[in-house]
Amino acid sequence: MTDPTTDLTTASQTAAPTTVRSADPHYPMDRQCPFAPPREATAIRDAGTVPRVTLWNGVRPWLFTRFDDARTILADPRFSADKSRPGYPLSSAVALAETAVEPTLLIMDNPQHDAVRRLVLGEFTVKRAEGWRPAVRAVVDGCLDRMLRGTEADLVADLALPVALTVICEFLGVPFEDRELFRGLTHTMNVVAGTTESAAAARQALQDYLEELVAAGEREPRDGFIGRMAARHLPDGTMTRPQLAAMALLLLTAGHDTTANMISLGVLTLLRHPGHFAALGADDDPELLAGTVEEMLRHLTVVQRGIRRIATEDVTVGDRFVRAGEGVVAAINVANRDPGRFPAGEEFDPAARAHGHLAFGYGPHQCMGQALARVELQEVYAAVARRIPTLRTAVPVEEIRFKSDMAVYGVHALPVTW
Amino acid sequence: MKVTLDPERCVGAGHCVLSAGTVFDQDEADGVVLLLDPEPAEDLADAVLEAADLCPARAILVTGADGRPV
Repeated sequence: MTDPTTDLTTASQTAAPTTVRSADPHYPMDRQCPFAPPREATAIRDAGTVPRVTLWNGVRPWLFTRFDDARTILADPRFSADKSRPGYPLSSAVALAETAVEPTLLIMDNPQHDAVRRLVLGEFTVKRAEGWRPAVRAVVDGCLDRMLRGTEADLVADLALPVALTVICEFLGVPFEDRELFRGLTHTMNVVAGTTESAAAARQALQDYLEELVAAGEREPRDGFIGRMAARHLPDGTMTRPQLAAMALLLLTAGHDTTANMISLGVLTLLRHPGHFAALGADDDPELLAGTVEEMLRHLTVVQRGIRRIATEDVTVGDRFVRAGEGVVAAINVANRDPGRFPAGEEFDPAARAHGHLAFGYGPHQCMGQALARVELQEVYAAVARRIPTLRTAVPVEEIRFKSDMAVYGVHALPVTW
Repeated sequence: MKVTLDPERCVGAGHCVLSAGTVFDQDEADGVVLLLDPEPAEDLADAVLEAADLCPARAILVTGADGRPV
């Protein structure tokens, strides 16, 4: 395949870096519409090209935007998730902090990754997630009861965050009273414009806090994931205290921020599709509900800055040759709207089959908590549609602040009334 | 239609259970895929093929009557 970027790649060996960079698109690109990925990235997908892009620090990975290519990369063991490798296409300076403290599953490669994941997988089965449904429903109803005592609310602060935080706290067995602490630390770790130092300090503080909880679980039996895993894996040394704390850190951070953003952005999406919102509230139809959640995950894909990898050997993906040591970005938000895979394409269509989307990733790193996330989203969307059919935004959409500045997309606040 | 598994590859994502719950299950202890029905009826073909397609670890192999992968 010959396209202009091929020549630029060769030229980059000798040309001044600034000359080359000016020709590469910057990644990530800016959104034009808050409800759609950047137009430039979508155009790259539709043109079928795989360009080099320039990241914040001058690193120039290949940008893959088509569904098949993104999925191929995420399943191919020749692409490493180890962020400490030289040349890794880091999403920001704060991403480097992930290598500064005890590593989590997110940056491990196999065989280590699967071995560690196996130690905790039993907690994440579909049946276990279903077992959480009554507790999730109670949490959602409690938040809605409180919210409905007034006449307006911030759907982020009053519903999305407390639901997501309470569920993950109950799951892990961490005191909900400490939510402000880890909410703040997680925020620091996710602000794209932050520094490696600030993010590493926040990560270390969270790690220290969780190591204390692990130690408490070791001293006396406790409910929840941390207590159970401490009892099962620490006595014989299968896991160490820092390793278990790092696992809890991953679950706490990945398990509440993504879900909270899916809740608030998802409800906003439902409000923009009033016919579907009404149908969801009127019908007790599990298939409609499950389909809505799948479509919401596909359509919104809150992991907005792509999943990054680095090639450990030469690999050809589609018709793009990637050399060992080169970075790649799988733009899952763009791939999830690839009309070649999903007939709904750019539209939000809960009647279309969205199964197989990449919102939870793909390959060995695919989200462990996805079954629990599905239960949470199903319960929240259904309860909101059923209990507040008159729900509407309290401000024009132009006044809503979207999270272009965060690793995970969503809204900073969502004023609503009913 | 015949289903075989490579449980060593399984990463416990659970799509197989969601797609075809009478064919696949997950071990309650370690979350790894279990095969309930190695030769599912034809009316389950779509669901089983979807399970194989969605499996992020590609741990499910479906073969036809001729023994070839479907």
